[in-house]
Amino acid sequence: MTCSEFLKELTDYLDDQMDAQTRAELEDHLQWCHNCYVVCNTTKMTIEIYRDSHLYELPDDLRSKLRTAIISKCHGHKSEGAETPAAAETPGPKLAAKSKNTQPQK
Amino acid sequence: MGTIQPKVSEPVSEELALVHAAKAGDMGAFEELVRRYDRNVFRIAQHITQNREDAEDVVQDAFLKAYQNLPNFQEQSKFYTWLVRIAVNEALMRLRRRRPERMVSLDEDIKTEEDTMPREVADWAPNPEQLYTQGELREILGKTIQGLPPSFRTVFVLRDVEGLSTEETADALDLSIPAVKSRLLRARLQLRERLNKYFRNRTRGDGKK
Repeated sequence: MTCSEFLKELTDYLDDQMDAQTRAELEDHLQWCHNCYVVCNTTKMTIEIYRDSHLYELPDDLRSKLRTAIISKCHGHKSEGAETPAAAETPGPKLAAKSKNTQPQK
Repeated sequence: MGTIQPKVSEPVSEELALVHAAKAGDMGAFEELVRRYDRNVFRIAQHITQNREDAEDVVQDAFLKAYQNLPNFQEQSKFYTWLVRIAVNEALMRLRRRRPERMVSLDEDIKTEEDTMPREVADWAPNPEQLYTQGELREILGKTIQGLPPSFRTVFVLRDVEGLSTEETADALDLSIPAVKSRLLRARLQLRERLNKYFRNRTRGDGKK
């Protein structure tokens, strides 16, 4: 197996989506090819760092504000009557996060 | 070498019960669905749009659109996958508005020099978490993923950050499975290559740490 062939299989290898024979061939390659070993290891670290990074977490205060706005708008849609299926295909008007007419939540 | 472990997801039947209740008009059930997935939708939206205000708008519009279209949801996929599909479309629409000069499409299959065999093969040691504070690390990760084409970072965030399967990602993005795999491989390799300059082993005298 060449390094290019190894690289093509890297995603399936990391995701464990391959048969035992291909896996064994890849692991044999990793035994002697230091470069591919490092690429494989650092790619795995890349995925784990992003997955565990909590990048773009939704702050609690904003979360609460957004949820209030969403539910308020949905109540509005419900009370307008959802009997117009054509209207359902188009997105609703832009919502303000600071909704002034918040209806009580059930 | 170990493989990446998928995230554990909520039982589907429980989610389906909420969907059925919401379809029957139970707003509390829909609110529970919002509570379950608002963080995910926000993360996906901000990864794609790279803009906080746009991400906030996407969260609102995606859930509203989901609510409006709930009667049309055929339940052939999971509710979350269906919601992600709506959110991704909303996010791409906003990205196009913000960058009208650039073509933004999930179909773009950009070939770059970075797709070739990685140039930097230095190992990362110590762990990046030990080199930087959490704030510094987040800044590096944000800056790095921002440089990827939207079609690559969309696939990456769904598969590797949100933990959708390849099939679910293909379904949500209306892409073939080979297309998802191809973009995912290139997204992963490009991110790895770009993170190298921050995380590579510096014990041989080429850096201060």
